[in-house]
Amino acid sequence: MNRGFDYRLRLSDLARVFSVGLRTRRMRAALSALGIAIGVAAMVAVLGLSTSSQAALLSEIDRLGTNLLTVTKGTNVLGQAAELPTTAPGMISRIGSVNEVESTGTTNADVYRNDLIPAINTNGLQVSAASLGLPAAVSTSVARGAFLNAATASQPAAVLGSVAARRLGIDEIDPGLRIRLGGQWFYVSGILRPADLAPEVDNAVLVGYPAAEKWLGFNGRPSTIYVRSDTERVNDVYALLAYAANPRSPSEVSVSRPSATLVARAAADSAFNGLFLGLGAVALLVGGVGVANTMVISVLERRPEIGLRRALGATKGHIRTQFLGEAVLLSMLGGVVGVVTGVAATAVFATVKGWLIVVPALAWAGGLGAALAIGATAGLLPAIRAARMAPTEALRTV
Amino acid sequence: MKEITTERPDAGAAEPVLVLDAVRKSYPGENPVVALRGVDFTIGRGELAAIVGPSGSGKSTLLHIMGTLDRPSEGVVRVMGEDVTRLSDRELARLRATRIGFVFQQFFLSEFDSALENVADGLLYSGVSRAVRRTQAAEALGMVGLAHRIGHRPSQLSGGERQRVAIARALIGNPGIVLADEPTGNLDSNSAAAIFSLLLELNRNGATIVVITHDRELAARLPRRIEILDGQIVADVAQDIDNLAGVTPAVGWPARTTEGR
Repeated sequence: MNRGFDYRLRLSDLARVFSVGLRTRRMRAALSALGIAIGVAAMVAVLGLSTSSQAALLSEIDRLGTNLLTVTKGTNVLGQAAELPTTAPGMISRIGSVNEVESTGTTNADVYRNDLIPAINTNGLQVSAASLGLPAAVSTSVARGAFLNAATASQPAAVLGSVAARRLGIDEIDPGLRIRLGGQWFYVSGILRPADLAPEVDNAVLVGYPAAEKWLGFNGRPSTIYVRSDTERVNDVYALLAYAANPRSPSEVSVSRPSATLVARAAADSAFNGLFLGLGAVALLVGGVGVANTMVISVLERRPEIGLRRALGATKGHIRTQFLGEAVLLSMLGGVVGVVTGVAATAVFATVKGWLIVVPALAWAGGLGAALAIGATAGLLPAIRAARMAPTEALRTV
Repeated sequence: MKEITTERPDAGAAEPVLVLDAVRKSYPGENPVVALRGVDFTIGRGELAAIVGPSGSGKSTLLHIMGTLDRPSEGVVRVMGEDVTRLSDRELARLRATRIGFVFQQFFLSEFDSALENVADGLLYSGVSRAVRRTQAAEALGMVGLAHRIGHRPSQLSGGERQRVAIARALIGNPGIVLADEPTGNLDSNSAAAIFSLLLELNRNGATIVVITHDRELAARLPRRIEILDGQIVADVAQDIDNLAGVTPAVGWPARTTEGR
């Protein structure tokens, strides 16, 4: 007789032995696997959703472009608002790698739907002079009507930012549609789509520079300059902008990169993940307790089976492996169902939101790994108890 | 009832399969119980013996010790020449897997597997491939007359058929000895009679079988009867079963109720 090792069960036999409990007590197995499934699904869905929304935001940023820089008037050393020189756009356009330079200049005019609106109802909107290529520079376009052109720039014509249009209650362009700007009727020629990179444009009613100077007392100085440059040279351009805009006092110019705020927002969105992942982990833990509970009961109930298996020649190791394997199988089953559910939830939600469906490997691999670890932990004690049970005790039927 | 007893056959006549030598078993505790007080006997190859005794006589303990499921407190147990008191747990498991077959009163069949799978599981822990196990299981089922019931589940079989499946499971792999614990205890009289005849037939074909029972009439119909009382052997006799032919089983037995063990 060959001593010192026990006969290893083959893989197919192991699979059969591990699944005895699952086959014989289906309802119970399903319910205890459900606990794990819920936990894993929660974790996968949380990670999947946040990654998908992040991916959506990042692809939005990609679409908008990261090569937009804005130059705004800063403050002088005395803390007073500084002005940008009227020459600033022209100077900036001379920097190499700069492709587009557009600008807006805020006026002091208020805007009203008509001449019957009380003066205090300004809607918080601003009237700005705008250069003619502005929509393209801030990655937006005209939703209705047309933008200003060389002809309308010097006429009483206005284009509404998306928010301005909503607040004024205008969503269609009719010929003859007029609004009051600074005590003067202006015809509405168009409505813009939202400009994600330049929200201040959404809040503005845009008129041409000449028109602003003519009717709104505008001084012609730009307040914000939008600069598009070669993407790979953005940082170089960034460094030069203040000097180009106001060579005499570059410190009175502030330069920013709007896409940077969107990137920061993407990062901030994932800050809540920790909380939801924690909740998922708690669900998983509860699921693990469920599996442990099932296994403890299973070991008690299946004493005769354990006794029989020992009589058929199973070693303690075989019994231990069987129950440990069963617990792992049970929770892996829950894990697989959980991953599928989590991915499905992510897919449905992302599709509704129009996001890309992204489930990071960390989510599904982590979900399965967590299920494996929980199953092994939950099954260990019951398995050891089953293995320690004396065959005579196991065979003693009640 | 006619019973012809002779002297106990010489143990050395056949190759000994199972030897118990001065086996004692006591369970320590607040009220220590001595279950076996020095048991000696030898089962030779090809024997069919009954170990008979009332409840509490030590039968179950004896079964467990013969089956290496438990160790004696004192004394020596040899299974096919191997002193099992010296074997490790793992080696004992191996011995049970290959040399000893068990038949239990409650059958202990898996309800969710076919008869064939149940029988094949008799070799699950003996390192034999699944294909071989299934082939041998089919043969073993043929030997117990259930060749036509291979794919049935235990719930689709009668009590007698279930016990046949359990016997086939004990026989698979041709173990040195089969230990049957109250094999007819859960069966009606007709099924019990059929199982009894099956055991006789299997023995005629060479199987070594020890039947543990509290049923004196059943014990009286086997070639050898070892009586146990209060942990000691009180009789060990060979019986001429051929002369019992006239009174044999069929209708002879009262329906057995389960004896609480």
